[in-house]
Amino acid sequence: MRETAGERWGRRIVLTLLALFVVIPLYVMVTSAAKPLQDVQNGFTWWPSRPTLQPFVDMWSTVPLARYLVNSLVVSSIAAVCSVAVAIFAAFAVSRYRFRGRGVFTVTVLSTQMFPGILFLLPLFLIYVNLGNATGIELYASRTGLVITYLTFSLPFSIWMLVGYFDSIPRGLDEAAQVDGAGPLRTLFQVILPAAVPGVVAVTVYAFMTAWGEVLFASVMTDEGSRTLAVGLQGYSTQFNVYWNQIMAASLVVSIPVVVGFLALQRYFVAGLTAGAVK
Amino acid sequence: MATSTTAPDADRREPRAGSPARGPARRPRGPRRSLLPYLLLAPAVVLELAIHVIPMVVGVWMSLLELTQFHIRDWSTAPFIGLENYRATLDLNSAAGKELLHSFWVTLAYSLLSVGFAWLLGISAAVVLQRPFRGRAILRALFLTPYALPVYAAVITWSFLLQRDTGLVNHVLVDQLGLMNERPFWLIGDNSFWSLLVVSVWRNWPFAFLCLMAGLQNVPGELYEAAAIDGAGFWRRLRSVTLPMLRPVNLVLLLVLFLWTFNDFNTPFVLFGGSAPEQADLISIHIYRSSFKTWDFGSGSAMSVALLLFLLVVSAVYLLITNRRRDDHA
Repeated sequence: MRETAGERWGRRIVLTLLALFVVIPLYVMVTSAAKPLQDVQNGFTWWPSRPTLQPFVDMWSTVPLARYLVNSLVVSSIAAVCSVAVAIFAAFAVSRYRFRGRGVFTVTVLSTQMFPGILFLLPLFLIYVNLGNATGIELYASRTGLVITYLTFSLPFSIWMLVGYFDSIPRGLDEAAQVDGAGPLRTLFQVILPAAVPGVVAVTVYAFMTAWGEVLFASVMTDEGSRTLAVGLQGYSTQFNVYWNQIMAASLVVSIPVVVGFLALQRYFVAGLTAGAVK
Repeated sequence: MATSTTAPDADRREPRAGSPARGPARRPRGPRRSLLPYLLLAPAVVLELAIHVIPMVVGVWMSLLELTQFHIRDWSTAPFIGLENYRATLDLNSAAGKELLHSFWVTLAYSLLSVGFAWLLGISAAVVLQRPFRGRAILRALFLTPYALPVYAAVITWSFLLQRDTGLVNHVLVDQLGLMNERPFWLIGDNSFWSLLVVSVWRNWPFAFLCLMAGLQNVPGELYEAAAIDGAGFWRRLRSVTLPMLRPVNLVLLLVLFLWTFNDFNTPFVLFGGSAPEQADLISIHIYRSSFKTWDFGSGSAMSVALLLFLLVVSAVYLLITNRRRDDHA
């Protein structure tokens, strides 16, 4: 099937417009991160008057960025690993067993993903605060509380995507392992998981991204000691100055790991979506 | 969501339940076999209960209490007041009710426009990237980047672009193109709604693109060949092949996007620095601010529950209509 000239030009125009729309903010982020402060205090410039890496140095002292970064890293990594571990077992059950309540479980879990976050926020806030007062278990303003909260946020989609992956692994492999005397858990760890590595990695990255980018609960459930990047990055505007160059530098630094991870694994996200949504 | 999750289940169930090879191998493990799936699910179920289901029930209970700042330290002292919170917040003659209604209309307009534009950009990109050419992989990665960025990094960058005196937008519009004499404010006043919309489309359209791209991979190439042989042009192929084939994806995608944008909190919260101007006062921000400003969690919960009920009704009607239409076609 040949492409007509009109279609070719149409394609070029659409792609150019979309690319410009996407690129301009990214361009501003990258170039402004290399601007001296006076460049971002006066009128906008397309290029730094004197390119400098100073914002990348100063950003650590204007706000306690290192602490926010460590908090975000700790919370997001633990939440991602726990979420995927929980999701693997759940997905194994849904993919390989028929049991009462299977449909209800899948639908309920997925639908919580669609509910307004604000609906959980007020009760969870009160539950965490009162639980802390009553039992001394510190969930409010602690990283533990954030980890527990965040790992449930990525759980539904992780389970859903892993079920798709597990379903695509032939059951003949399970049966062969069982003939060799492997129990269900050994089958999961020695047969299914090795075959589903890309899916597990993709889901881990997704769970990490979810926790790394969460704003609503971070803004309420943290104090100065447990603050994550999501809230901490808003601290660059003081009474006298807004350090836009440092904000852009910090935004760039905290974005690169998740963007690289997502783009490297995009193929598997598409595959997961294709397996799940399209059927 | 319900249709998309149950439909594949039904497909899968049959071959597996009927598979004769599996039955005998598993049978000796009788009692363990029936318990095992529940044990495997237990961690997920406990977490979902603890963080989603129980708080939701508690939230409904809270909406029936006079849970104001006087009772928030020890909520067992809060008096039960029945539907009073609902009556007070949803009373459209009161100031609070008028603000909530205003916020509702703003949110509805925001969601419909944002979903519409996100879908339009997503389908355009998915269709023009359907056939291979040099640089396609790079463009695809580029288009997905806004979605991969942490939301606060993306939105903070936009708030820099939209600054009145130091931002790119006014520099281009006023200084370089000379379209306006005055430098407009983008983050307060009437313009703030449109700023919010543009930022939200910028961030959400890659998700539509991702889903539609995945959907297009399932469209058999022969359909296009056949359509081309019949003399169908670009628009005809789009209307008669691409869009009908994407229908199942679209059904889910549009609903999910709508629910996400309707509940959107992050974009206005970061863009406007914690508070939103009245023209861009989305419902999540509205509930958040009125709850934490006055520490009246009772009426905050009542508004949240009302929001949930509204979204449940919209989703149910949507699924009902789309399912019925599918039956008509069949």
